[in-house]
Amino acid sequence: MYQRKSKFERTAGIAGTILLVVYMIFSLFPLVWMVITSFKSDVDMYKTLFIFKPTLENFKNVLTTGNYVKAFTDNFIICAGAVLISVIVGVPAAYALARYQFKKKESVAFTILSFKFAPEILIIIPLFAIFQTLHLYDTYLGMIWIYQFIGLPLLIWVLRGYFEDIPVEMERAAELDGYSWWSVFFKMLIPLIRPGLVAAALLSFIFCWNNFTFGLMLCGFHIQTITVSALTYIATDTVHYGQMAVASLIAIAPEIILCLCIQKHLVRGLSFGAVKG
Amino acid sequence: MEKQQKKPLYLKLRPWLILAPTLIVTLGILYPFCQAIFYSFTNFSLKSSVWEFVGIKNWVEMLKSTDFWHSLWVTVKYTVATVGLEMLLGLLLALALNRKDNLFSRILKVVLIFPLMVSPVIATLLFKLMTNSSVGIIEKFLNLFGVYAFPWTADSSTALFSVVLIDLWVNTPFVLLLVLAGLQGLPKSPYESAMIDGGTAWFTFKTLTLPLLKPVLLIALIFRFCAAVQEFSIIYSTTKGGPGDTLMNLSLSAYQEAFTYSSIGTAVPRILVLWLIINFVSKKLVSAWLKSKSANAG
Repeated sequence: MYQRKSKFERTAGIAGTILLVVYMIFSLFPLVWMVITSFKSDVDMYKTLFIFKPTLENFKNVLTTGNYVKAFTDNFIICAGAVLISVIVGVPAAYALARYQFKKKESVAFTILSFKFAPEILIIIPLFAIFQTLHLYDTYLGMIWIYQFIGLPLLIWVLRGYFEDIPVEMERAAELDGYSWWSVFFKMLIPLIRPGLVAAALLSFIFCWNNFTFGLMLCGFHIQTITVSALTYIATDTVHYGQMAVASLIAIAPEIILCLCIQKHLVRGLSFGAVKG
Repeated sequence: MEKQQKKPLYLKLRPWLILAPTLIVTLGILYPFCQAIFYSFTNFSLKSSVWEFVGIKNWVEMLKSTDFWHSLWVTVKYTVATVGLEMLLGLLLALALNRKDNLFSRILKVVLIFPLMVSPVIATLLFKLMTNSSVGIIEKFLNLFGVYAFPWTADSSTALFSVVLIDLWVNTPFVLLLVLAGLQGLPKSPYESAMIDGGTAWFTFKTLTLPLLKPVLLIALIFRFCAAVQEFSIIYSTTKGGPGDTLMNLSLSAYQEAFTYSSIGTAVPRILVLWLIINFVSKKLVSAWLKSKSANAG
């Protein structure tokens, strides 16, 4: 009995290690290959795999020709604006949903959550017509307005949990001491949830950054998002793989950095507060 | 029982006032949503400004067309393949990673999450970078085994496999991350009694770990299902639904109707079907999640 158990455990251990190593290669090698390729000249691309003279030619090309830098900036403006609005709008809403008991509370909360799960194209098709009539098509304002719906459900649901974690007695005590609701909210509650708030905002930023459909269908002439712009590196007839790698690297780098910053809150954020990591 | 004190009106209204900004911006999404339903009963087109009611004609025609049933089938295939494999792989990886606590596993817990942050479109770029037949490293690798110019997304027999692979690369870490958090939050005492009782490792896993992980697994399933069933980015950036209509799922076929044929009236029913599927399945999954959560707590 005991002999068999340890045997099972041993095989499971070995199988687990093999699985992890194989998956690690599957998962990380594309990123490594991207970095390698980004320093390879077009000539070396066909000649060698790993040993070559690194060059910054690809970076120079992507950064100086084409509109990738403009797309990067556009994307940043749209995402930052969208996250800012969803924070301003979402933080009070999260507080109301955490603290007050009122009719229809759960249905309001679930309606907001349903934005996350609704098919984006369903909204985009009517919006396309609405944006044309309101002259919001291909403008920063229009894009920020639609992008904030990406982060809003996340912010509200995650922050609701953080507000609920603060004992209501603390608020009552501060109110008894004569602090107004405003100062309790801004001087006590906001600092208490700040780590969660920063993490949720940065995660919303990543979600916005990665969005493709809105940028594809609701803008494209004056404003281009980075995902739509990156796609042009596939579409061209003469493919410069080095530039493709640089474009990918530029799009991914900010996200990896942000991901490392919010590591501790990642589980809670990605599961919208349902799993407290 | 003490009767609840009657609240003054301003206190009753306060939560709604605080919610007001959110509710106002929410209209920006609810209005187009209602308009979409309205469009499905018209022959509205992006090309002309004249339109009229056509009743349920769009719906009937959609149900009669083979294209629709084909895209529904593609949607089902894609969803089952990606979500099934991601759940299985994520669970196995999390179990393997949870067994060890050394420097290697701690680093892995950080770096394996990176692909999850990558946009599906960029993931497609990386995929092309590795699989293209002129300089791709996977192509070079396959050449060693005598396989030349593997078609990947260019052939209808391998297209689904290719896009599923990209989806797996991006989204398996999501399941991995959640299950790992679930495993770390497991209570210790049931395991100690299982050890004393001398249960086998497999038996302990089946009767203890899996039921205790059920809430986390269901959460991962809800998120993955809702995303996979409406997948657009990966398929659009690889083949736009092709070759032919091999990968034309509901999202892509609606996109094609609306933006290629400029026919909004026939595009919207397809997405409403998608929305109904998401709604129905996610409600079932959410109630299963609530049940499993209370079962574990009790």
